[in-house]
Order: sequence, then C-alpha cells, then structure tokens
Amino acid sequence: MTQILFKNIDMKDLHTMKVYEEQGGYQSLEKAFAQKPEEIIAMVKASGLRGRGGAGFPAGLKWSFLAKDVFPRYLCCNADESEPGTCKDRELLLKTPHMLIEGMILCSYACQIKTGYIYMRGEFHDLSFIMDKAIEEAHAKGYLGKNIMGSGFDLEIHTHLGAGAYICGEESALLNSLEGGRGEPRMKPPFPAVEGLYAKPTVINNVETLCVVPYIVNEGAEKYASLGTEKSKGTKLVSISGHVKKPGNYEVVLGTPMREIIYDVAGGIANDNKLKAFIPGGSSTPMLPADMVDVLYDYESIAAAGSMLGSGALIVIDDSVNIVEATLRLISFYMHESCGKCTPCREGTRWLYQIVERIMQNKGQLEYIEKMEDICDNMAMKTFCPLADACVAPVVSSIKYFRSDYEAYFKNTPVGSV
Amino acid sequence: MSGFVFSEKQEKEIEGILAKYPFKKSAMLPLLTLVQRAERVVSPEAMVAISNKLDCSPAYVQSVMSFYTMYHTEKVGKYMILFCINISCQLNGCDKLLEHTAKKLNIKVGETTTDEKFTLHREECLADCTRAPMMRINDTYYGDLTEQRIDQILDSLG
Repeated sequence: MTQILFKNIDMKDLHTMKVYEEQGGYQSLEKAFAQKPEEIIAMVKASGLRGRGGAGFPAGLKWSFLAKDVFPRYLCCNADESEPGTCKDRELLLKTPHMLIEGMILCSYACQIKTGYIYMRGEFHDLSFIMDKAIEEAHAKGYLGKNIMGSGFDLEIHTHLGAGAYICGEESALLNSLEGGRGEPRMKPPFPAVEGLYAKPTVINNVETLCVVPYIVNEGAEKYASLGTEKSKGTKLVSISGHVKKPGNYEVVLGTPMREIIYDVAGGIANDNKLKAFIPGGSSTPMLPADMVDVLYDYESIAAAGSMLGSGALIVIDDSVNIVEATLRLISFYMHESCGKCTPCREGTRWLYQIVERIMQNKGQLEYIEKMEDICDNMAMKTFCPLADACVAPVVSSIKYFRSDYEAYFKNTPVGSV
Repeated sequence: MSGFVFSEKQEKEIEGILAKYPFKKSAMLPLLTLVQRAERVVSPEAMVAISNKLDCSPAYVQSVMSFYTMYHTEKVGKYMILFCINISCQLNGCDKLLEHTAKKLNIKVGETTTDEKFTLHREECLADCTRAPMMRINDTYYGDLTEQRIDQILDSLG
C-alpha cells in the first residue's frame, strides 16, 4: 500500500535531523524556493489535498483566502488532537517532528508568513520537548530563522501548549486560547484567513495536512492527485481503535473499502465477535451499522452513507455492546467539553445526558426518544461552533440504527453491556 | 502585595516565553502551566504575580485559568493520574480498571491520597486510543492497561 507519511515512521531516530535528512528530509525547500509563493499554493490546490483535521476543506484554497497585502500573517498548526478516537497526530509529532516543520516552512513560504505556532494540547507536554528540540535543530541547519537557505525568506516557529479543553481544537477557539484567553469560539465571519490571530490573516492547518505538503512539493501535485478517488485525493491516516484485533494508526489510500480497513488492515473484530457498528471519523461523526461496512473510505462515499470521514478516527464496536451505554459516554464528553457560550449546546448536552441516564435507570418512556430528537433538532446548526452538532451526531444515529437498544430499556431487557 | 515570587530560574524561563509572542497576554497559558507544574496548584497569590507580568487584572487571570482543566485551585498529588474513560477506552474495559485504581489507592476518583502522592482523575480522550485502555501519569502515557500492569506502574513510582 502506498505510504507517504508513514513510509519511514518506525525508523530508529527518525525524529533527529540526521536521520530525517538521510531519508530525503528538507529537500523540498530548495525546490520550493526556486518557485514563486503563488506557484506553491497552485501546486497544493492542484494536488487536491484536503484538511485532515476533520472538516476536509481544500488546503490550497484555504491558503489562497488570506486577505491580500495584509501583514504580518500567521500560521497556526492545530496539534490540539482531542477528538475521541484520534491519535494520529500524536504519532507524527512523536516520531517525525521534522516533517511537520518542513511542511510549515513550505506553507509559510507560500503564504508569506514569518511566524508559526504549533498549538499542542496541554497533555502533549512531553511532545513539546521533542518538537522544541527539532525546531532547535532546524535553526542550527539554517532551515528556520533569517534568510533561510539564502532565499530572503524568514521564519520562526514556536510551540504553544493548551491546558485541557477539547474546544480549543476548533480553530477560532484555538486563536482565543493562543491569545491568552478562554477557549471560546468566535462568531464567523470574519474567518481566520481575514482576521485570525491578533486580528491578522491566519492559516490554521492540522498536523497531518501540513505533513503532506513536502511530498507534494517533492513529487508534484499530479503524483499525489493520482492517488485516491475523483474528489478525495491522496492517503489518510486512520486511527483504528475499539474492538479490532490490531488497533493502530495506519495510512490508507482514500477510496479503500471500509471492510478491507476493518478486516484486513486492523485484523478483524477482536475475540471473534461480530461487528455491530462503527464510527468512521471520530466521536463527532454519526455511527453506522454493520451492514454499511462496504462503504468506501473517502469523503464523498462516507458522506453519502450519512456520516463523515472527519479526523480519521475509526472506532469499531462489536455486538456485545449496548449502544445506549456507549452513546451516554459520548454525550457526557460533550457536556463536559461544552464551553457554555451558546445556550443550545450548554443546556442541550446536559438535557440529553439526563434523559439517557434516566433511560438507563429504567425510568424512561418511549416518548423520551421523541424528546431527544426534538432537543437535537434545537441544537444542530444553532451555535457558534460545531460542538453541539458533534453531540447530536452520535445521539441521532444511535436512535436511527439502534432504536431497539433504547426500547429494550422500556421493556426492562437491556441489550448487552460495554 | 503579591505573596508569590518567581524564582530566578523561572524569571529566565519567562523571558524566553514572552519572546515568543508579539503580545504578552499570549503568555497566559504558558505562565499558568509554569506555576501549576512547579507548585502543583495555582494559588490566588500566583495569579496576582502572573497578572503583574502580563499587565492584566488578577480576575482576568482567574477567568482564564478556571476555563482549563489542567490548572488546579487545590494542590494535586506528586503524581497526577489522568485515567481516560472515553469511548475507545470504555470499549476496552476502562471502567473496571479505574475502579481498581481507586481501590488500590484507597481514594475516590477526583481525590488525592493523604500523603499527597497520588491524585486520580477521570479524563476525557487523551489521544492514545489505539493503546486503550490508557492513562497519563504526569507527562507519561501508559497504554494497554490491565489490573496487573496498573499495580506494577503505581508500585514503581517513588
């Protein structure tokens, strides 16, 4: 299988400048500096690379949206990886920090940015030491700092740690947090490309997205675009967790059948149980039932099936699981992580929690399901940021596909247990 | 008026932190983190000291600090155990393991042992789902947990 990001991922000392350079690291810089910044943006556009953090927005297009002739501009790498089920960025930061730095240099050159921040979740404190060391090495080599490789282009990159708040992975909340405030999302527009960090034009990209850019500059947009499907180009890191025999982070070409990912790549369902459900893109994406396992793993196919590719966190659930219990855990998460700014989210997540908890205490009635759907209706698309929608996704999909798990409680015969 | 004084070493570190940003308020989280890691708590006096560094009010510092779960107004143990209970860990049996850990430490989840050695917290996803069930103790991630492994890890911590 084609491996771009994970080709050398388990190589010893890949995190050091020496080994990374031996593997061809930083060679893209010379190629990039021989071209105009706008040519790099055009190249990334042509590659079809889409944001790997969750929304899947075309990366090159995002870069081209920066407000014209407004400086300084900033780059923020979103390393706040917190979407339940997702742990791919952690592996990249841990094992190949220089790939991220190289990607950030290319993005910054293309967008004429002189300052970049890597916003890492606070729990990644150990990784910030690795990243700081890599930045130091890049400085010593002249890949960062003033007049990089004689190009006249300057860039400084700094790490910045959050302190425990899922919401800071939302880009405008991330900016508020980086500015020293509470991580509450901003009203949009203006979008960060126009008014981002310190009210200046800002690019915010996920770790994985930026790590792909060196490959595109080295090998050309066409080669990257030749992988994948018509609209979902390239490869994607998938964090496969839950009830599989071989959980792990894997790189797959977009368009690979989900069945192949679960049963071949991840070795199939653990303990030889049967598949009951899978969450294709992290806890914020609707769960799908076992009979949809033949969906192709790309943005469009998963959307057509009623879910999202999201961050690439594939959570596999076997038939021993009571879906209501799993759903309550997710609601609890969103209730905990709601920043409280928007009422539908602050109150809605709590109401949903209380209702499902009552159902699980056998104090529920059939009407509760209707009430939950009504609450979800009043949460979805009614808030500043998508956290409320993220809570709605597992709730609505669990009712849609596993209604019988809820109904069993009303008959006092709950199905299985986690 | 501040009863909290940064050490010389910390002052140096703060200089480095401030140099990263065009506006000093951006150093808010880094300074809170600096204090939390050194003191295992962020006291009102420390908030005053931070506010003096960043030219803002102590109330503003508190309003930011209280938003984030990694800052504590009560001193936490020498070892901070964050036990992941989110979905991937739940599917792999974390609830029983968390119960086991609390029992072993003879505290309830959310509490600190009387010798101030361990604090045990239930935690949301820590991004190590492929090694679920997992926990983080101070800066270290421990995955593929079993009761036996948890016992070994806790016993090994001095």
